[in-house]
Amino acid sequence: MSIDPITLSVIQAGLQQVCDEMDLSFSRAAFSPVIAEANDRSDGIYDAKDGALVAQGAGGLPVFVGTMQYSTRVLIEMIAAGTAAAPRPNDIYIVNDPYLGGTHLMDVRFAKPFYRGGKIFCWLSNTGHWPDTGGAVPGGFSASATSVEQEGLRLPPVRLFKEGVLDPEIYSIICSNIRVADQRIGDVKAQAAALMVGEDRLNALLDRYGDDVVQEAIAELRRRAETQMRKLIDEIPDGTYTSTAWIDSDGVVNEPLAIRLKIEKTAGHLQFDFSDSSPPCMGPMNSVLATTLSSVYLAMRHIFPEVPISAGAFAPLEVLRPTGTFLDAQYPRPVSGCAAEVSQRIAEAVFAALVAPLPGRVTAAPAGTSGNFALGGHDPETGRDYVMYQLSGGGYGGNADHDGITNGCSTIGISKAPPIEIMEQNFPVLYHRYAMREGSGGAGMFRGGLGLEYEVELRRGRATASFVMDHGRFGPQGALGGADGAVNEVEIKRGDKVYTPEHLSKEQDIALSAGDRVCVRTPGGGGYGDPSKRDPERIAVDKRLGRI
Amino acid sequence: MARDRIIGVDVGGTFTDLVTIDGASGGLRIAKTPTTLDNQAFGVIKALSIAEIDLADVDLIVHGTTTTTNAVLERKLSKTGLITTAGFRDVLELGRRTRPQPYGMTGQFFPIIPRDLRLEVAERMDANGHVLTPLDETALREAVGTLIDAGCEALVIHFLHAYANPTHELRAAEIAAELWPNSYITTGHSLLSETREFERGVTAAVNASVQPLLERYVTRLRNELTGKSYQGDVLVMNGNGGMVSSQLVAREAAKTVMSGPASGVMAAAYTGVRAGEENLLTYDMGGTSTDVALIRNGTPPISNEIEIEYAMPIHVPMVDVRTVGAGGGSIASVNAAGLLEVGPASAGADPGPICYGKGGTDPTISDANMLLGRLNPDKLNAVAGGIGQGQIAQVFLDRLGTPLGVDAQQAAEAVIRVANAKMAGAIRMVSLSLGADPRDFALFAFGGAGPLHAADLARELGVPRVLIPARPGMTNALGCIVADLRHDYVQTVNQPLGEDDVSVIHDVFAGQVAAGEAALAKENVTIQEIRKVFSVDMQFLGQSHVVRVPLEHATPSAADLRTGFEAVYWTRFKVELPKIRARIVTVNTSVIGVSTPVDLACLIDPAGRRDTATPANHRAVIFDGKPHETAVYWRDHLPADAAFDGPAIVEQLDSTILIPPGDTVTSGADGNLIIHIGGAA
Repeated sequence: MSIDPITLSVIQAGLQQVCDEMDLSFSRAAFSPVIAEANDRSDGIYDAKDGALVAQGAGGLPVFVGTMQYSTRVLIEMIAAGTAAAPRPNDIYIVNDPYLGGTHLMDVRFAKPFYRGGKIFCWLSNTGHWPDTGGAVPGGFSASATSVEQEGLRLPPVRLFKEGVLDPEIYSIICSNIRVADQRIGDVKAQAAALMVGEDRLNALLDRYGDDVVQEAIAELRRRAETQMRKLIDEIPDGTYTSTAWIDSDGVVNEPLAIRLKIEKTAGHLQFDFSDSSPPCMGPMNSVLATTLSSVYLAMRHIFPEVPISAGAFAPLEVLRPTGTFLDAQYPRPVSGCAAEVSQRIAEAVFAALVAPLPGRVTAAPAGTSGNFALGGHDPETGRDYVMYQLSGGGYGGNADHDGITNGCSTIGISKAPPIEIMEQNFPVLYHRYAMREGSGGAGMFRGGLGLEYEVELRRGRATASFVMDHGRFGPQGALGGADGAVNEVEIKRGDKVYTPEHLSKEQDIALSAGDRVCVRTPGGGGYGDPSKRDPERIAVDKRLGRI
Repeated sequence: MARDRIIGVDVGGTFTDLVTIDGASGGLRIAKTPTTLDNQAFGVIKALSIAEIDLADVDLIVHGTTTTTNAVLERKLSKTGLITTAGFRDVLELGRRTRPQPYGMTGQFFPIIPRDLRLEVAERMDANGHVLTPLDETALREAVGTLIDAGCEALVIHFLHAYANPTHELRAAEIAAELWPNSYITTGHSLLSETREFERGVTAAVNASVQPLLERYVTRLRNELTGKSYQGDVLVMNGNGGMVSSQLVAREAAKTVMSGPASGVMAAAYTGVRAGEENLLTYDMGGTSTDVALIRNGTPPISNEIEIEYAMPIHVPMVDVRTVGAGGGSIASVNAAGLLEVGPASAGADPGPICYGKGGTDPTISDANMLLGRLNPDKLNAVAGGIGQGQIAQVFLDRLGTPLGVDAQQAAEAVIRVANAKMAGAIRMVSLSLGADPRDFALFAFGGAGPLHAADLARELGVPRVLIPARPGMTNALGCIVADLRHDYVQTVNQPLGEDDVSVIHDVFAGQVAAGEAALAKENVTIQEIRKVFSVDMQFLGQSHVVRVPLEHATPSAADLRTGFEAVYWTRFKVELPKIRARIVTVNTSVIGVSTPVDLACLIDPAGRRDTATPANHRAVIFDGKPHETAVYWRDHLPADAAFDGPAIVEQLDSTILIPPGDTVTSGADGNLIIHIGGAA
């Protein structure tokens, strides 16, 4: 090895900086609050030959760990096969096809070839969650879709920017198929501008250290990340570890879906086998392959946060392709639930399998749902239609050192929930309660964190309520003798009548009139360790504070 | 009260610093003494005695304190109770559904007020401030009684939508005041009348829970000073970079959080304007962390959205200082991938770096500077513990050099290089996130360690010049002397622009001005003039983030607001959205009592200056792997027009300045030194 370890550290920081600046630029300029505020986006650098992940922005949404290396690889393959147009400098491809290395349709990916000396040196790519890409329901999360066509517009990789110029024809097709199209130009420009920022910064880095040195550093960093990950997974004794995690239903057929995981640990290697999981489902709880892989990676990064996100770190993690299961969905299976819900259940399966061999590193299961409640209606006072989203947290699992956090963010997200006061300013609703859900944390030596409960009333007009949540049938799993956390509960209160969705955590378009109330109780985290070993003082405090 | 003789005294985490300038004679005195953590007043008194100050001659003492910051971070708070809207007592603990770090599902959060001291009463406003449920006064009295019986010393009354209509909070406070044994009652809307129940509630809770502590502290300090014949008032620095009378400060105690960092940035802005450098990136490197701020047009940036730790937002206007990690005590290590890392672990102030001789055993940035000759190795002999350079070199070899395949010196240089690369990246991100290119700024380096790294950082960032003030290690104390009196007001209005007339906005501004002028009058400090700064925070309908629109006067027309908003939006985002309606979210006024100017020319005593820049000695300093025979100057001896080339080191009591080979130094006003990177003009 000719490159010195100090230059290596500095180049690693430099590559990271390029990606972080792309993240920042994208968020700052984006119009959509999903990107600007919730940071539902990610930016990275990908290998010229196989799309392998070189570096990714630290502020990207966790669910995007690794996904873009698949979409970039598919793009490279399609270019080679002639099924996508050949790249030229300053082209930017747009693609959101879930089956071509993606997540759901709302996650729109841009990819730009980065040239040095007339040759492609690497690819720059980013993903942003667009507020709408057409389809049956605003926002794209239809709990009852049975094919991807109902979920929105699907774009194969096409060059939206050709040699730096936006193609007005492609853009007009997109705009004719999505809602609130007039605001999208701001997001499109922001997403493209972020890639240009990355190009500038990467050029500066290469000019300073030389193309060959950086190329060599990238290869060396990949080797070292791989070594680091191998060393860390060798904390796990060789052997077989299994787990099962359950999804309530697919939203269409009211039967649970099983994720059955078998992990085989050999020296420096983990093999993930999901082949015994449920077959593809009718409703939108299918996962595409890239999302399934990415979910395993993000779970491993929650366990080993010190390893940088790079293809090297993923190399020791072999995920067998779960052909024939709902975790490897093929066209035209609906997939809108894969990024927000299925991914979290895959992560839960990984946690549940590895908590026994890594008791100091892994927690009991977290709430693991995005808690998506959407309310759409017409406000007679303002004369306008609206769509309100309430995303909620839940309890985290207990761990070897302390109780789980109360009302933590979804496993795959990092965004904040909106304040109640802002919800009440913007929508005709009144919250009656927004509280810790007492008794919801799974018992254990270290208890699960508490879920959230809220009750919200429609004040005026008519509306429909839709829910895409999970853990309504089975609570988040306890670990090492700990109890499961409380299940998710949804109730619609109309006067003194209470309606509970048939699928418990999922239903589309429940009609509401003024005065009706929606009551949601989110899952508590799983307990960790034998509850009888809990410190009596902690129990006394829990009782005093009404947590149990 | 005149400001002829002012004392600025800043209590930091490690040192208590004092600066005083005699307005008449221009004489300067400084003192530095360890901070006394149990009662910061002892350190203050000690500093006064070191500086041999006769308090009878002093007109004004301005004080920066970490009392409230430490109390919050260590949760050493007064027992505080909360009374809130029925159904919402857990808002303070639920937060905004987050976790402490993006990756890793562990971590904990301890709310400022525990659940059993959070009580609810029936009352409810809607978002427009209309009463939906009247306040249950009987239940309120009961709740107040319960909290008194529980031994609470301070009380928070925090109701939903009180920013829109504070009637219930005001009435509840009135009733509580009849029963509560003291005056420590904070209402949610009074500090910051802004939407967001969690942030407003936490701000109020922080305020209440530090109020008794701060009051006791300033009272004790005032008594101590009065006992030493001091006749004047003590002013306390707020986090907004303005000062406020100690008689008033506890009322809004939360505003003193970040007092020290704000003070440093104020001094930087003041020094910069005098030196003709109005655009500065300030860089304050201390023992545990580095603070960065961006000053444009001589004006320190103010933010309402500071979070002092995980899920602990304090939403009052404060100088926007960002902490970017590494300090002199940051620990270097080699990770499992065989790569060198610096931080995030820190040896802190205690035990601190190995070279402090207080029992530290981990290799840190300060130790690396020592090994490379950048810090004076002779000072090692002065400290307790008898640590030698050889010992430090051994640690660097064992812990870093051997795994990296280099010697101790190369390892030390690598530590500096990696730390500088990371710090430069973090500074760049701060700058970019505020919409600024760092190359358009000069770097203002202060703190004990800032001037050691500044030139290298400037080179990384493409910044052409570094300004080193006369007293880098006393900058926060200096900020106390040059600060203005300042009162900030923020009121949520949430008014779409266009249909209604804007007289509501004008009325809010008028009310804010009246409140500010009344506060200034109470403070009884001589000021030059009253300056008012008006702005509104606006957004496009449908957006959740806002931009601040500065206004020239308090009676803008609707067209002024729209034009101003569009201009600011364009500057920041390069986006025009003519078809989308805008909304005024908050109305903001700052009422500033401008202080009499202070002449900083005396910061370096002209009598101590010599005719020529002559090195006190030379020592070998490592640059790029090679020892360079480097001139070492004593700062107080430099002539007022000193100019010399790197490599050079300038030492002074409170800091060490490093000038690498290829850079040049010139002298500026007020004893500043300017490092020209690569000899740039």
